[in-house]
Amino acid sequence: MKDRIVGQVKRVNGPVILIKDVTDAAMMEMVRIGEQQLIGEVVKLHDGSATVQVYEDATGICPGDNVYGSGMSLSVELGPGLIGTIYDGIQRPLEKLMGVSGAYISRGVTFPALDHEKKWPFVPTVEVGANLTRGMVLGEVLETERVMHKIMVPPSIDECVVANIVGEGSYTVEDIIATVVLPDGREEKLTMTQRWPIRVPRPVHDRLPLAQPLITGLRVIDSLFPLAKGGTVAIPGGFGTGKTMTQHSIAQWCDADIIVYIGCGERGNEMTDVLREFPQLIDPRTGQSLMERTLLIANTSNMPVSAREASIYTGITMAEYYRDQGYHVAIMADSTSRWAEALRELSGRMEEMPAEEGFPAYLPTRIAQFYERAGLMQSLSGETGSVSIIGAVSPPGGDFSEPVTQHTKRFVRCFWGLDRSLASSRHFPAISWIDSYTEYLAEVQPWWSQHSEGTWQINRQKIMELLQKEVRLQQIVKLVGPDALPDSQNFILEVCTLFKTAFLQQDAFSEIDRFCSVGKQVRMLDLILEYYQRGSDAIAKGVPMVKIRRLKVIQEIARMRLTIENEDLAAFDKLQLRLERSIDQLGGIYED
Amino acid sequence: MRTKEETLLVHTDRLLLSGREYRGTSRIDGPLVYMRNTHPVGYGELVEITAPDGTHRSGQVLETSDEVVVVQVFEGTEGLNLPGTGMRFMGEPLTLPVSEQMLGRVMNGLGKSRDGSTIPQGAVEKDVNGQPINPTAREYPRDFIQTGISVIDGMTTLIQGQKVPIFSGNGLDHNKLAAQIARQAKVRGSSGDFCIVFAAMGVKHDVAKYFIDSFEESGVLDNVALFLSLADDPSIERTITPKTALTLAEHLAFDKGKQVLVIMTDMTNYCEALREIGTMRGEIPSRKGYPGYLYSNLAELYERSGKILGRGGSITQLPILTMPNDDISHPVPDLTGYITEGQIVFDRSMQARGIYPPINCLPSLSRLMKDGIGEGMTRGDHPHLANQLFASYSHVKDVQNLASVIGEEELTSLDKQYLEFGNFFENKFVNQSFTEDRSIEQTLDIGWEALSKLPSEELQRLSDDEIAEHYGK
Repeated sequence: MKDRIVGQVKRVNGPVILIKDVTDAAMMEMVRIGEQQLIGEVVKLHDGSATVQVYEDATGICPGDNVYGSGMSLSVELGPGLIGTIYDGIQRPLEKLMGVSGAYISRGVTFPALDHEKKWPFVPTVEVGANLTRGMVLGEVLETERVMHKIMVPPSIDECVVANIVGEGSYTVEDIIATVVLPDGREEKLTMTQRWPIRVPRPVHDRLPLAQPLITGLRVIDSLFPLAKGGTVAIPGGFGTGKTMTQHSIAQWCDADIIVYIGCGERGNEMTDVLREFPQLIDPRTGQSLMERTLLIANTSNMPVSAREASIYTGITMAEYYRDQGYHVAIMADSTSRWAEALRELSGRMEEMPAEEGFPAYLPTRIAQFYERAGLMQSLSGETGSVSIIGAVSPPGGDFSEPVTQHTKRFVRCFWGLDRSLASSRHFPAISWIDSYTEYLAEVQPWWSQHSEGTWQINRQKIMELLQKEVRLQQIVKLVGPDALPDSQNFILEVCTLFKTAFLQQDAFSEIDRFCSVGKQVRMLDLILEYYQRGSDAIAKGVPMVKIRRLKVIQEIARMRLTIENEDLAAFDKLQLRLERSIDQLGGIYED
Repeated sequence: MRTKEETLLVHTDRLLLSGREYRGTSRIDGPLVYMRNTHPVGYGELVEITAPDGTHRSGQVLETSDEVVVVQVFEGTEGLNLPGTGMRFMGEPLTLPVSEQMLGRVMNGLGKSRDGSTIPQGAVEKDVNGQPINPTAREYPRDFIQTGISVIDGMTTLIQGQKVPIFSGNGLDHNKLAAQIARQAKVRGSSGDFCIVFAAMGVKHDVAKYFIDSFEESGVLDNVALFLSLADDPSIERTITPKTALTLAEHLAFDKGKQVLVIMTDMTNYCEALREIGTMRGEIPSRKGYPGYLYSNLAELYERSGKILGRGGSITQLPILTMPNDDISHPVPDLTGYITEGQIVFDRSMQARGIYPPINCLPSLSRLMKDGIGEGMTRGDHPHLANQLFASYSHVKDVQNLASVIGEEELTSLDKQYLEFGNFFENKFVNQSFTEDRSIEQTLDIGWEALSKLPSEELQRLSDDEIAEHYGK
């Protein structure tokens, strides 16, 4: 690493360093600066000089310091052992760093991303003489109890014949597990790891049309604004509206196989919270700890800004690697605004001409490149896997018209807008049913039809109409008071209020309510619409609305999310029966 | 291209050259001094400046290149001239000698004595810029701090190791509140070694005096270290004040195991000083002229709070910032809110109605509250009660809006009950005196008393058992 000098420092301005006398440094090459060996990346080359962004605090760097080239782009190490580890933005394992530099992260510290000592149980799946093309599977390693890690031919090898492969046994990630012969006769030795540059999407065979929803267990999302596996969504919201809580909740309960959680420029304590909480939580589908499927990247707000910019790419590259093995991966990026601001900060230091609000003109291009790495893909080995991106956006002042939110909206197909007034009244998740939208309805509709006896689409339509009506009625109420409305319209307000407390709100701290199964969601929505239908009929017959809302069974409906277990669908039958009887009884009294 | 031997030579040279004095600067612009023809100087190095009259000042390298070095002078550039100014590059970053004896002292923004007395020099020199805490080394904060102020304890509970700013406006009672918190804050059931680090950036003499007097009155002055950079001190000094204060706080908390409360006022002045330097250097501004790195810069301060595994101590931050024109979407409160773990928001109309503390609990928030309250920490009914108070009080606001259109007389009887609840909540729960120190049980009981003004079927966030136990009692 210290052999190839590619230039000398000319000027230091925070995390941006100008290099002179540049020899053969390449664009995006990873370099090390000075005797402290700080990690950097070449971002510009011109007339014998280069601009480097440094991933660590630049204090102490002097003009004249040597810059050493590494000969490769900023890349990540991929192989067994990624899951359950917490990395910083440039894939340094934070737990291992603690052993080296203590509670604080000192500069110039490096540590291999994967544990090079640990032995993994490798099982070959091909034999000597097999013809392999790039991306095909050589063997398998049981990485965690739920993740079978597939060892693949690196995408850099187009075609090869297996000359030698080890038998079943325990190997470290450094051990050679196979020797392959390329068409030109060269031999290549393969280990269980491969490197991949973070800014380049990993190759796939084909992009497939989306078909399945990503079930998150949050009712407002699954039932009203569903996201498809392989889809992209933005969650914008001012501070305190619950972006992080929503992301945590999805990371915990969604039905993806692998979760990549990127804490990009966020709070240190939040990452500590994830580290503390996830290992204790049990996945309701597999009965195993949630940490068994989670990769964490923590580049907190006080860590260097360039590494924050890189963290998003580090995360998505790891996600693509698991997608290539045939897994459904969901990425939580919290928050993409911090990443955009890192771009702005670096662009400003490089004295580039700013566009909107100081952001560089290439911001929309970068956002598009990032979100386009999502999708449902057929991998090179023929497996089907997906990467879904759930990106939080933190608009300044909660104003959705700012550049990052606006440009993100152009490249995502689903939008969960968080609303400050909902958050203030502690209505969580504070996802607004007015601002949010999804373009995946057509794609996921067949799946939902199958799982709801065909009622889902109609019910969703009905409740969305009621919510729209409510907005108009609320405007009238604000002018003349609720008494001026006839009971039939007042009842719409009543049903919508019930829908909000009983269905849209979810309590992240309640054992029962924090995750809602598909079956329970369907029944809850059914029941509320049933209440609307029967109630409206009764009102038409002359029953006063006050009598209906005072029914004891309504209190129970309001609390059903907290009281009825996910699997206990029979309880809904009973509740429905009681609702029918209660309203019939009332109707009976007033008919006479 | 230099060989390895030559490289080594350069490094030895640099070590020999650091400390050497250069005379004659090429340009002075505001707080910045430009120096040409120096040896290679490191980014962020400490600089000692000798003014023509022989006095010394300190500065830091803001930018370095093989042609010119840009130095910011913390004490300001008044009286410096081009030929007569000397500069010594120290070859190391800005450090602060820290020791426990700094408690009870009044210092300037650089940690030097303000009254001329010598500050006892500690053995430990610490880099004022600090280093990021490894997230895996953090301990998740969950110890409840009882401030004795109902609206904080009940609704936006403070946790030891948390950072919660007070978003205030000019002329509001934020100083009074900070002083009351400093006096009353305690972790129940622990006799932790408690101290306060106070950093003032660009505040008025009266405000500084108010704090000193109030610390003295409550008898804690010996446990307070004050770093004062007042309104008439050079604005550049404000950019270093919170860093020196936090450097001492880190020493006290993580080396000495103390529970440290850091009060920083006023963060808006700090940000304005950053803007001043940024503009002076011709940087490309972002929102409202503030530099693009304001978020990172604020994060480097706020993230220096928390707890570290196995170190015992904690840093709790209470930054105060005045929102220009009471605008919460102004860049300073906005960026702060994205970094801190919640916020306490002041409301001018509540102060006008004579409510102290004038905290509007709806936009206020404590992010760490969820894990610090409830059974075994405060009381079992606390989480649901707080939730219900938020929901009901937020409905009061809707009813008040409605009443202002159609008149109070036209409201339904239920809505009238809500108004009554709202009045009780603001005047009895939120409102309390400067000297009143309520226990958490008292606070929760008053909360229940307020909710008892509403019919029990309106209380859907509370469980039946909780209602049976506390409602109307």
